[in-house]
Amino acid sequence: MIITKVGKSGTLESSDILIMVVPNKDHGINIELESIVMKQFGDQIKNIIIDQVKKMDIQNIKIIAQDKGSLDCTIRARVETAINRAM
Amino acid sequence: MKRLRRTMLFIPGNNPAMLQDAAILGADSIILDLEDAVSLTEKDSARSLVKHAIKNMDYSSIELVVRINPLDTEFGLEDLTTIAKVKPDALMIPKATQQQLLDIDFLLDKIEKEENIENSSIKLIPIIETALALETVYEIVKSSKRVIAVLLGAEDLTSDFAIKRTKEGEEIFYARNRVSTACRAARIDAVDTPFTDTNDFEGLEKDSRKAKSLGFTGKAAINPRQVDLIHSVFAPTAQEIKYALRIIFAKKDAKEKGLGVFSLDGKMIDAPIINRAMTTIDLAKVLNIL
Repeated sequence: MIITKVGKSGTLESSDILIMVVPNKDHGINIELESIVMKQFGDQIKNIIIDQVKKMDIQNIKIIAQDKGSLDCTIRARVETAINRAM
Repeated sequence: MKRLRRTMLFIPGNNPAMLQDAAILGADSIILDLEDAVSLTEKDSARSLVKHAIKNMDYSSIELVVRINPLDTEFGLEDLTTIAKVKPDALMIPKATQQQLLDIDFLLDKIEKEENIENSSIKLIPIIETALALETVYEIVKSSKRVIAVLLGAEDLTSDFAIKRTKEGEEIFYARNRVSTACRAARIDAVDTPFTDTNDFEGLEKDSRKAKSLGFTGKAAINPRQVDLIHSVFAPTAQEIKYALRIIFAKKDAKEKGLGVFSLDGKMIDAPIINRAMTTIDLAKVLNIL
């Protein structure tokens, strides 16, 4: 599956994550993450984003994420919505 | 044991913080809302958030209901197919009509079969919020065996009538009676319309008592702060429990003496009164008051 444009979802409110996805032709999965719990959960958040992207069968994508303490299911939902909006 | 449904708390489906906290806010039921609480541009977001929340959060201590968009909108069908697959306890159907319920029932049969979900395990709660729905409420209730309760939606109903919605609620007196009667006839729960002034607790109590006196078994809440007060209204009072217990003991006594009908405090106690006493006792036991 290929995304063709920019897709955004989420907010900067507490417990949420703002996700922007951008086409990244032939450059694989690239994640830029900012989080209020970067030290404790940075890697876990990145892994969930990557997992959700792979689940949606996407090989090339750039994701810019600003996390405000979101749970796994929120991260998955926001990534899923942003990608669907970018199709 | 019958499930308690004294409160049904609306939770906006597009709000991660509220979805997380929903299970511990004390309501008997929560309604994850994909309809009126969510703007048109965020319907897809909310659907995804609610789907993932149901799959991953622990809502086992409460009844989990999702209010989907009406089937005749561009969102309704996608809501139904996405959410049914994650098995909420029930779907709440806005602007309910007989035809809509029949269609949804049919679609749910199909999805449950495809997903290996027990047939009819996903229940339905129609919202009565149009004049037509009010006129045909019993038929709506009977249109599907999945229907377990009805919510009266007075905001949209009064809008359909083009009349003013007031705190006193005179304008919905008939509607409340009609809904309560149909629910009682079908032996299902009648849930009253929410009280929309979240700062007026005196008004909330009055409104809840009014609904209870007309036979409603619970009330919708739009703010967690309303939950405890509504619970206290829909629980039997100490006086009601004492009286119910006296009736049960008097009945036992009369039976031992070989008497069918008996009197208590000068009042004749027959079957309907005994049944009401037993319902009060059952509810008190479930609430751990007894």
